[in-house]
Amino acid sequence: MKALFDYLIFPGFLFSAVIGLLAGWVDRKVTARLQWRVGPPWYQNFMDIIKLFCKETIVPEGAKLTFLFSPFFGLLSLALVATILGRSIIAPAYGFIGDLIVVLYLLMIPAIALIIGASSSKNPLASVGASREMKLVLAYELPFILSIIVVIIKSQGVIRLGGIVEHQMAFGSNIASISGVIAFLVALICVQAKLGFVPFDASESEQEIMGGVLIEYSGLPLAIFKLTKAIMLYTAPLLLMTLFLGKDLSPVFAVAKYIGILVVIILIKNTNPRLRIDQSVRFFWRFPAVLSLVAVVLALFGK
Amino acid sequence: MNIKKTALTKSIWVFHISAGSCNNCDIEILDCLTPRFDLERFGIQLIGSARHADALLITGAMNRKSVPRMKKVYEQVPKPCVVVAVGTCACSQHMFRDSYNMIGPLDEILPVDLYIPGCPPKPEAMISGIVKLVTKIRKSK
Ligand code: SF4
Repeated sequence: MKALFDYLIFPGFLFSAVIGLLAGWVDRKVTARLQWRVGPPWYQNFMDIIKLFCKETIVPEGAKLTFLFSPFFGLLSLALVATILGRSIIAPAYGFIGDLIVVLYLLMIPAIALIIGASSSKNPLASVGASREMKLVLAYELPFILSIIVVIIKSQGVIRLGGIVEHQMAFGSNIASISGVIAFLVALICVQAKLGFVPFDASESEQEIMGGVLIEYSGLPLAIFKLTKAIMLYTAPLLLMTLFLGKDLSPVFAVAKYIGILVVIILIKNTNPRLRIDQSVRFFWRFPAVLSLVAVVLALFGK
Repeated sequence: MNIKKTALTKSIWVFHISAGSCNNCDIEILDCLTPRFDLERFGIQLIGSARHADALLITGAMNRKSVPRMKKVYEQVPKPCVVVAVGTCACSQHMFRDSYNMIGPLDEILPVDLYIPGCPPKPEAMISGIVKLVTKIRKSK
């Protein structure tokens, strides 16, 4: 019963969806202010989701069954990530060994759901988007995992999120060292790609491939994808916060750190043009991958 | 006023079809999204795929080439959706009414909910039209 409450309401699905939609509003508002506009009211993203629930759902001719199922896979796994992360922030002693690895796997599933959904929709533009998304996953996963290995090395090989938080509480944040700073920057850029934000949004570009992976989705499944994105906007910065800035996670500091990371992500989004997919793959394998390797070596030497 | 109608009128995603316009109407539509008018305040967004659309903005004179394609796009839009005829060309064919290539004004082809005349209509005219349409939808039923 407790587990179900954790999963569905707090800190799982409902809570993370609400925070994620509000974070999406922060994103839109900051973007608007940077472009000297006024921007939407705070409830705009909720309205979008409710409206999508009210609309007709069209299944294109020849689409496979996975077209309707895959959005739910992404949402369910991401809600689980939100639950595990939230629990290990509230009560670091709670949790099981290896939940960090589970979280890493589950964080990958929304991208895979997007790929499966897009490629079962029988739309050529969607399959272009899916192939771009796949290449992007291949590009950013390696540096992301390497930078998390830095965290594991720094906390003496603990692979439990609560354990990492406890270690940081005792010995200071992981970011307070050279390797920590490098790993944090790399992970931040990878999160940018995970969220599908500019400059790494080639798979969803509105202008050239008309929404790419999402092109055939309407109504309910589109709403589910939007919700997944919103929860991603909540969980991904939260993961960065727990892994790198976990010294003091009392509510006020946690909210401040979360908003700080969010604003940095939004600023990166607004000050960069979109990269072509080959440029982003090359970028990820040249700079973040090499930098994170350097960070791993530095961490092994205790720097 | 129920929540469904509120949501439908507070978050309008717009898909824009040019059925053979001179491109001036299209530029004026984009003007609505610039900092001066900023329609995102009301949740109005330009989107890339017809499957996400709530409103179709149709500009230009309906000709034999574009009408079959436009009908196809209209069938792809999830209902409920509204159709807006932007510009005198779409409303009444304008100066092309005697042309051999014209099929007719937009409302003989698709059910039109809102007419915005003008060549091209000002962004203010479009915003006032949208406000009228939204009030009408909210009052209905
Ligand atoms: S109404 Fe005027 S501005 Fe608009 S498409 Fe027709 S000719 Fe061009």
